[in-house]
Amino acid sequence: MLEALSYDFIQNALLAGVLVSIASGIIGSLIVVNRMVFLAGGIAHTAYGGIGLAIYFGLPIFLGASLFAVAAALLMASITMNQKHRIDTFIGLIWAVGMAIGVILVDLTPGYNVDLMSYLFGSILAVSSDDIYFMGGLLFVILFIILFWYRDILAVSYDSEYASLRGINVKFFYTLILILSALTVVVSIKVVGLILVIALLTIPIYIAEKLTSSLGFMMFISGLLSSFFTIGGLMLSYQFDLTSGASIIMVSAISLSIFMLFRVLVFKKTV
Amino acid sequence: MLNEIPSKNLSKIGYVPQNTNINTDFPIKVIEVVLMGHVGGKRPFIGYGKEEISCAMGALAQVGMQDFAHKKIGSLSGGQRQRVMIARALCAHPKVLLLDEPTASIDVEGQKKIYDLLKELNKTITVVVVSHDISVILGYAKKVAHINKTLTFHDISDKSDSIKNTKGHFCEVEMLELMGAKKACSC
Repeated sequence: MLEALSYDFIQNALLAGVLVSIASGIIGSLIVVNRMVFLAGGIAHTAYGGIGLAIYFGLPIFLGASLFAVAAALLMASITMNQKHRIDTFIGLIWAVGMAIGVILVDLTPGYNVDLMSYLFGSILAVSSDDIYFMGGLLFVILFIILFWYRDILAVSYDSEYASLRGINVKFFYTLILILSALTVVVSIKVVGLILVIALLTIPIYIAEKLTSSLGFMMFISGLLSSFFTIGGLMLSYQFDLTSGASIIMVSAISLSIFMLFRVLVFKKTV
Repeated sequence: MLNEIPSKNLSKIGYVPQNTNINTDFPIKVIEVVLMGHVGGKRPFIGYGKEEISCAMGALAQVGMQDFAHKKIGSLSGGQRQRVMIARALCAHPKVLLLDEPTASIDVEGQKKIYDLLKELNKTITVVVVSHDISVILGYAKKVAHINKTLTFHDISDKSDSIKNTKGHFCEVEMLELMGAKKACSC
């Protein structure tokens, strides 16, 4: 196992895994407390449209996917701001339409035989150093925003009605959370793929939620747990030659099951 | 205050919403909920200022919840959470405190505590309560505005006054007072 660490692509994979884990721990916490999990899932699938766009026009994948996902996030923010009760319909809509656009754009690209699976289930072993710069940059932006606007984001997430009465621009922060979610989802696609990203945004966060009593600490614990699960999943995938994204999710899910069993059987708490 | 732009008077009005049972599994501490009450202005670059925290602790002490400052909001009872929401409204030192059905989902004992607290606060600030529970309100209120399509105003600060029936209006306020509400509501 240790000799694996001397390979460049393994080092890159571990670094990318940890960067994305911390970002998804922080943003996943925001997504969970704001009850936006399926909104994030919808944006993740819509991002495939951006991947198709990038392939068709020969752009970098991250750029195409980011632009498309952020556009979808802005669209969803403007639609759902006033019609929160209809949000599930619009999530279903962008979910499928985004993917359809992606598939058609790939079809239209001449002579391109794209490996669809790598976007659906991740390709962390093919991470380039450019990808790592993008991930690091995003994490830096996320940390800065959370540090600077923590109290506003907390207020908007906990009680948006009261926050707006206190003069906080709720629409701005709601949109900001969605944009950050979109960008985090895009970098997570590289690690676990767009189908599995929803697990990365929920499993570590659910455990952290049970262990903490403040949002900031929940973000910290989520990032930490997520990093452990990602590294554990990568080791498992290397050892048994399994798909890395799925291995990461399985390690997370098994850890969650053990955590829940302990919680219910040993500490006698409810799920 | 009433003739000015509302956004410039955020700190003069304290508001306590009706439903305080929202987001009860949200990972937030009592003190953080109270700190939400501060209106922008002299805030530090990161996090909360020392003044803001001591002010929030003061507001919690005012409602008798200072021992719960670092508890998760979801672990409190409905009445305790209501008092935290009052502390949050007090945080900005308002001149008027508005409460929408403050005892809607609280047991009788908790209701009495809330109203006793409001009576105490009323020594320094104006308290406006919207309520359907007229019999309880009559024990504490000085003035009652009864709304049923039309608004009728009753000054009940001196309860020994006989009822003056205005413009043929008759509501529960008169009814309870006629039935000897003075005794009924002091229970």
